[in-house]
Amino acid sequence: MEFESDLNLKATELRLGLPGRDESEEQSSSCVKKNKRSSSEMDSSSEHQESGPSAPKAQVVGWPPVRSYRKNVLQQQKKPESDGSGMFVKVSMDGAPYLRKIDLKCYKNYFDLLKALENMFKCTIGVYSEREGYNGSEYAPTYEDKDGDWMLVGDVPWDMFITSCKRLRIMKGSEAKGLGCL
Amino acid sequence: MDPDQSEDSPSNSANSHGPTQPQSPFPDEVLEKVLSFIDSRKDRSSVSLVRKDWYNAERWTRSKLFIGNCYSVSPEIVARRFPRIKSVTLKGKPRFSDFNMLPRDWGANVHSWLVMFAKVYPFLEELRLKRMTVTDESLELLAKSFPRFKALTLSSCDGFSDNGLKAIASHCRNLTELDIQDSVTDDVGGGWLSCFPENFASLEVLNFSSLNCEVSFDDLERLVGRCKSLRVLKVNDSITLDQLRRLLVHAPQLMELGTGSFMQELTPRQYEDIESAFSNCRNLQVLSGLWEATSLYLPVLYGACASLTFLNLSDVALQSSEFAKLLVHCPNLRRLWVIDTVEDKGLEALGSSCPLLEELRVFPSDPYDRHHRDGVTELGFLAVSRGCRKLRYVLYFCRRMTNAAVVTIVQNCPDFTHFRLCIMTPGQPDYLTNEPMDEAFAAVVKTCTKLKRLSVSGLLTDLTFEYIGKYAKNLETLSVAFAGSSDWGMQCVLEGCPKLRKLEIRDCPFGNAALLSGREKYEMMRSLWMSSCNVTMKGCRLLAREMPRLNVEVIKDEGNDDGQADRVYVYRSVAGPRRDAPPFVLTL
Repeated sequence: MEFESDLNLKATELRLGLPGRDESEEQSSSCVKKNKRSSSEMDSSSEHQESGPSAPKAQVVGWPPVRSYRKNVLQQQKKPESDGSGMFVKVSMDGAPYLRKIDLKCYKNYFDLLKALENMFKCTIGVYSEREGYNGSEYAPTYEDKDGDWMLVGDVPWDMFITSCKRLRIMKGSEAKGLGCL
Repeated sequence: MDPDQSEDSPSNSANSHGPTQPQSPFPDEVLEKVLSFIDSRKDRSSVSLVRKDWYNAERWTRSKLFIGNCYSVSPEIVARRFPRIKSVTLKGKPRFSDFNMLPRDWGANVHSWLVMFAKVYPFLEELRLKRMTVTDESLELLAKSFPRFKALTLSSCDGFSDNGLKAIASHCRNLTELDIQDSVTDDVGGGWLSCFPENFASLEVLNFSSLNCEVSFDDLERLVGRCKSLRVLKVNDSITLDQLRRLLVHAPQLMELGTGSFMQELTPRQYEDIESAFSNCRNLQVLSGLWEATSLYLPVLYGACASLTFLNLSDVALQSSEFAKLLVHCPNLRRLWVIDTVEDKGLEALGSSCPLLEELRVFPSDPYDRHHRDGVTELGFLAVSRGCRKLRYVLYFCRRMTNAAVVTIVQNCPDFTHFRLCIMTPGQPDYLTNEPMDEAFAAVVKTCTKLKRLSVSGLLTDLTFEYIGKYAKNLETLSVAFAGSSDWGMQCVLEGCPKLRKLEIRDCPFGNAALLSGREKYEMMRSLWMSSCNVTMKGCRLLAREMPRLNVEVIKDEGNDDGQADRVYVYRSVAGPRRDAPPFVLTL
């Protein structure tokens, strides 16, 4: 069993905890290891300690006993483009008390985005069709474009979408029926 | 006498000086013929103890060698005793090396073994290595020294690169198995796969799922197409869904499949095609991989799941709903590995859908608690125990547990042979009563009389270990962390568990008295690991002095008090102290 420290991808990581909770962007890698174990002898993939504003948990070498070599399964997005500025938009979901924010630049296409939203909000969005929109799905993703109009996610080419999308709203499927292309 | 010993035991060598033994009723040839049918290691070990001619007949007829600790015996001793070996299994590093608790270059290098095997066992066919360091040089030696070589398994090994694998692919004409399980190296390109000769078609097992490399898909496809006896194929995540479809079309006879990446935008046509490719795999018993699979594409699998007995979802973080839907199609499941993102709800579905389940492993998606995920709790475990009464193997990572839940769980499933519970916060009590988790493990050892392996966790006093010593009479492996109150706890275990073979302890208040109380016991065991306990160099030296047939090794941490023995590894050996120990390993 293997999980790697996710130090490098912290900035773009989608966390699946309570919405609104923030951890520090910077990861301080002070090693709090029991009995002052020397790090020079250890494999460089050893765990580092993270001290965010939330109660810091002392991280102990080799604990919990999980293997470190697999990709962190919570981070399945591809790495963002290296231009660095990010394209953060707010995401709301009907019924959730808090909004989230995501960086549209992290995703290459609608598929990646929808999957990330499904993971983030633990919902099923289903498959887009030009005729029916997301009919039949529990939820439908919509967005507000530059003109202030609410659009159904998926109608326009991806590149056009990310430049015109100002915010996202995941609507209950029943409410979204009127937004399909007519 | 422990059945694992493959070396000359002191009691055997005494025979050559004893009184002459009565004439055997069987000629040697008959005895050898009869013994050649015995496969079990334990039986062979017993046979070798009967009398001298049985010992000799046994050593001449043994073809499979199992060495559980590569330092317990030397290549020379093995070569002298067993002249006709065709299959070798060798295990190296202690298990805690999986969790970065052993420095790099600690040892367990297979090379000196291979040099000996090349001399003495030219007809070697199988080599299975676990937690060993295997260099390219070793793989090249292997590839060139054994013309009949057939099967190579590298489980949790390190030290090799593309070049070593290239040698294997190029030179092993009769290769049937190449299984690289959980072995990770930095430097593996994918060129090795293209080195199998064009007419090479004997492969039955190919597993490169843990390698981080890109292989030539064309070469892979041709290889799979040629190897008509292929029954196990586990690719890595560089292989896309559509590529997988093409492989499946060539190999619908597969019994074990590890998919590549399961995330790809498919057209409806492609979706249908891959669905039908899976439906044609009617023999599939084992399924793994599924990197990045989601509710969108999991359904393509459904047609292949009817005969599935082992589903390994430990590489994909599924949600409870998609997991539940998948399980409906897997009624014959006996083994399941899954990530805790499926939560208790997912485990409830498991309890309902898979009544034949025997093994469950739930891995944490968030082991360092960075995301404050819920994961699974005692409720999920309870739900599984209610629906899956045949459960005998569990590995369960959770953040909370109660004594009452565990008591009920083992009442539901008394046949546990392996019970590994990991409450991830060290020293955490029963979250409802705030009491230690002693009663939980008491129930486990009292109820599960067949228990062979136990890992304990949570807040535990010496009471837990008293119970273990008193009731766990079949226990062979015990793992302990952040537990116990005093030396007495460890002593109870050492005195009470007659079949104990492996004991691994970390961060417990056990000291020299406990260590020394087991001195004779360690000769009956494979090994003892103690780290971050209260053992001192003095105690270790005393143990080493009193027990010359044990290797007592200490790995010291820099900057620590000189008297402390930070990491102690004790094991029986007929080979004497290690000759290849790096400077940071002190053999006392």
